[in-house]
Amino acid sequence: MLLIAAINWHSFFFLLFALVTCGFALGVLFSSNIVRMAFYLTIALGTTSGLFILAGAHFVGAMQLMIYVGGTLVLLIFGVMLTAHEGAVLMKTRAGDWVVAVIAGGSLLALLISAAVSIPTWRSNEVTPADLTADDSHSTSSVGLALIGVRTDIATEKDATLRRGLSGYLLAFEIVSVHLLVVLVGAAYLARAKQRLATTGDV
Amino acid sequence: MIDLLTSPISVSHYMVVGALLFVTGVICMATKRNALGVLMGVELVLNGANINFVAFGSRYFRTESLGLDGQLIALFVIVLAAAEAAVALAIALNFYNSHATIDIDRADDLRG
Repeated sequence: MLLIAAINWHSFFFLLFALVTCGFALGVLFSSNIVRMAFYLTIALGTTSGLFILAGAHFVGAMQLMIYVGGTLVLLIFGVMLTAHEGAVLMKTRAGDWVVAVIAGGSLLALLISAAVSIPTWRSNEVTPADLTADDSHSTSSVGLALIGVRTDIATEKDATLRRGLSGYLLAFEIVSVHLLVVLVGAAYLARAKQRLATTGDV
Repeated sequence: MIDLLTSPISVSHYMVVGALLFVTGVICMATKRNALGVLMGVELVLNGANINFVAFGSRYFRTESLGLDGQLIALFVIVLAAAEAAVALAIALNFYNSHATIDIDRADDLRG
């Protein structure tokens, strides 16, 4: 009973989502069936949105679910369905590739984790609930305003050097919008149904 | 393990999860023979980076955080990942149409 009272529920749900995310990410890696990989990836990216929401980024978490899980992964699953034929569903990685990949990946993981835990201010959490205001968790309108060029979160900043980012992200937002339009038109053009020249042999 | 449950989480916890997603994504990109498996590796890498951006932008873990910039950059990464997936999938389908396979080891037409 004492143990349950001592549990930090924020940490508990973080650990829950983190374990599911990591487990299914490893599932994507170690499965050789492309259909299972797509399913595992859906779970891994879906629980990542839970991690975003636990960090106070509610809008990013919702967008992760809507754009990533609801859009990008559905596209990917369509790709799996359109290319699934005999032999394409199960493609095993060669054993030699596994050995090299696990050695290189394991050393990269060890490097990254040792870098992540080596800095004391990253490892400790001094923020108490009393330090937080309601604005810290309700950032959706600030994010929306920053995308159209108004930074409400730093508008009251006195220091001029800290106020440099005040112009917001309007230009980046417009560039990304046009980029998305161009890319989608280009993708539709690339993937259109072509007349196969199969009768003459090569395409 | 009990200590993990009772103490508050920090940026390092998020970075460890991000690092694991990044490394699994990189290994996926390097070892999968199915072109769509490589694409899934790219998605994992981008998500690992996104977790770091959001963790450094959160005010829950550090008093001096990136603030809103972390969340905004994470949003841009999500949108760019969607665009990247659309183009890569179109290329993969084109490759499948012309070669009747999705095995990237067979994509050696440009070999000298």
